[in-house]
Amino acid sequence: MAKVKFDIPVLTGKIEFPVMKEGASGSIKCHVAKEKDMSALGFPHELAPDWKEKAVERFAELLTKYKSLQVYMDICVKCGACTDKCQFYLGTKDPRNMPVARAELLRKIYRRYLTLGGKILGPLVDAEELTKEVLDEWYVYFHQCSECRRCSVFCPYGIDTAEITMAAREILDSIGYGQKYVTEIIHKVYTIGNNLGMPGPAIQSTLDFLKEDIKETTGADVDFPMDVKGADVLLVTPSADFFASPHVESLAGYAKVFKQAGISWTLSSHASEAGNFGMFIGNFGVMRKVASRIKEGIEEIKPKRLIHGECGHAWRIAYSFWNTLIGPFDSLDPKYPAPQHICEFTHDLIKRGALKLDKTANDEFVVTLHDSCNVARGARMGDRPGGQFTIPRDIIKATCNKYVDMHPDTIMEKTFCCGGGGGILTDELIEVRIKGAMPRMQAYKAVKDSHGANFIALICAICKAQMTKVLPYYGYPMEEVGGVHQLVGRAIVLGGKEGI
Amino acid sequence: MEFSLLKVIFTAMAYGAGAIFIVGFLARVLKYAKTPSPLKIPTTPAPINPIGAAIRVLSEVIFFNSLFKGNKWTWLGGIMFHYAFLLVVIRHLRYFLYPVAGWDMGMQNIGIYAGFVLPVAVLYLLMRRTTVDRTMFVSSLADYFVLALIFGIATTGLLMKYYERPFMVDVKGFVFGLVSGNLSDVPADPVFLLHFTLVMTLLAYFPFSKLMHSGGVFFSPTRNQCDNPREKRHINPWSPNLGA
Repeated sequence: MAKVKFDIPVLTGKIEFPVMKEGASGSIKCHVAKEKDMSALGFPHELAPDWKEKAVERFAELLTKYKSLQVYMDICVKCGACTDKCQFYLGTKDPRNMPVARAELLRKIYRRYLTLGGKILGPLVDAEELTKEVLDEWYVYFHQCSECRRCSVFCPYGIDTAEITMAAREILDSIGYGQKYVTEIIHKVYTIGNNLGMPGPAIQSTLDFLKEDIKETTGADVDFPMDVKGADVLLVTPSADFFASPHVESLAGYAKVFKQAGISWTLSSHASEAGNFGMFIGNFGVMRKVASRIKEGIEEIKPKRLIHGECGHAWRIAYSFWNTLIGPFDSLDPKYPAPQHICEFTHDLIKRGALKLDKTANDEFVVTLHDSCNVARGARMGDRPGGQFTIPRDIIKATCNKYVDMHPDTIMEKTFCCGGGGGILTDELIEVRIKGAMPRMQAYKAVKDSHGANFIALICAICKAQMTKVLPYYGYPMEEVGGVHQLVGRAIVLGGKEGI
Repeated sequence: MEFSLLKVIFTAMAYGAGAIFIVGFLARVLKYAKTPSPLKIPTTPAPINPIGAAIRVLSEVIFFNSLFKGNKWTWLGGIMFHYAFLLVVIRHLRYFLYPVAGWDMGMQNIGIYAGFVLPVAVLYLLMRRTTVDRTMFVSSLADYFVLALIFGIATTGLLMKYYERPFMVDVKGFVFGLVSGNLSDVPADPVFLLHFTLVMTLLAYFPFSKLMHSGGVFFSPTRNQCDNPREKRHINPWSPNLGA
């Protein structure tokens, strides 16, 4: 853990309203995209002399394509309900991280160039010229939003800052002012097939290692099939599951569940990424191009079912967008939802008594669940609203004896972002990430003090990467986080089937 | 002569502001209605069918559910303000209706009470705006302007009721004349003329301002979409298919 030049928030177990400090995070800027990545995505790589006209033109076009953007530019009354809801405002204390103030960065340009009132009355109606300074402000503050949608829960009109941030990033990209981290990753997906840039053989060697490891530690034969044509299930999961800890533990958990279910399954080296950073930059074409690998994977494997691993924004895109982007899924068995979340799958097996789980295997843990923002507010599990909250909790409670929920204002639909979502999981934004994690850390600290909580269960690759990095800054070991299916994998009694 | 000049000015003002309001409002709302939604983006948990989504939107409009979750004090101010405004408008229907409907006669007293709540609610909202550092930071001239305008409308209204009553038959004659097209003289009462001018200003300002939240709230995709993307394929109208 590197030393940092800023104050790490002090944990008290309470989330306090900060005294605002204007410009507190105004100089934290992520690296600008490289030419090769921007070109691969079809964007210019530097500002042209007529960037201003181009930006306004793109803005105008987006207004005709996205009802959300058009409506949300007009109807904010600045009631203030969102002002204390964003983890990045609470953590950085910078008022431009209040959702309404963030959106205002875009609205003032909207009014100036794209409304009659703003063209005539200018500053009187909060209309402002688009300058390089404004553009830099966009770049800074629209990369301190994780598109988590927490503000939209509390807005009387449902104004969704994620939509506004996506539009801003889309405009920035279209004039050649992109962000390195996200464009680099999308480029990797284009060329290699997944966010981590792991070619098939590299994935295969992880899978082989996992198989051996499980054999050694438990004696059981658990398979990790890849590219098996005609398997019943195609599992699409974030590529971090093939690489990083604690992600791989969940992959082992999925495999054990499939083994117990007696279902043939496979991964695909072509569709080797559930994540889709196209959403982060708000570009429909990029998002669809990334998603199209899943469709190609289905065509190649010809599975009956499509199951999705633990990942937050990826599940939002899979659940809410895939059918639009790459649907319809006519080749899949209509008896099952397409796609189906691994938690839905496991939950169903547990309900039917098809899994034998030994809760004492997780007795060392007092578990709490961090609801991933994009699962909580951008998707669903199961057939009832709110299934995304009950299903992971049911699974966890079936795998351990000690579970406690964090404060109700910090979970379920009111959950905070881990601080690393939405395309900001990059080292140069570590200050924003640490401070953005503050509300979650406070809520965790509270259940740690009251109930001895020592394990945060996660259902998102970004949450896992972010928290393993950030927890140590707050004085907690990184081993205190892991996937829901990590708990499942530990508790599952292989071979101990109790009748399907 | 003087009276007829007054009549020309105020009649023109009324029709001008009314036209700007109606055309402007409809143009905005039509724009919202016509702009496509490429993706399903309801803020979940959300109702899973369109009827449920319609109930969600209506419930937001009637009870301000999300604002209640967001901030109880602002919710209280917002509810007081909007319902007081609504009751006052309903009370004013008697100037537009002939004969006045029985139900509207029954609303006259409660309309008066609401007339007192309205400026109090405006002051309360103004106080909130200026005493909380976060709302203070995001507030601007436009936000204060609307509050001031509505405060002016409410207080000149009360002034007419309790201090300097214009001759109500003339007021009704003027307003009803505007509605029916059978124009009559404008009552030359300064408080009435001020009240009327402020209302016309509000109407003309309406379509260009944040007041469009009144129409826009019905078009917010995070609220009016239902959560059924797996069951029913949503088509992006400007890019319907892969490869298209």
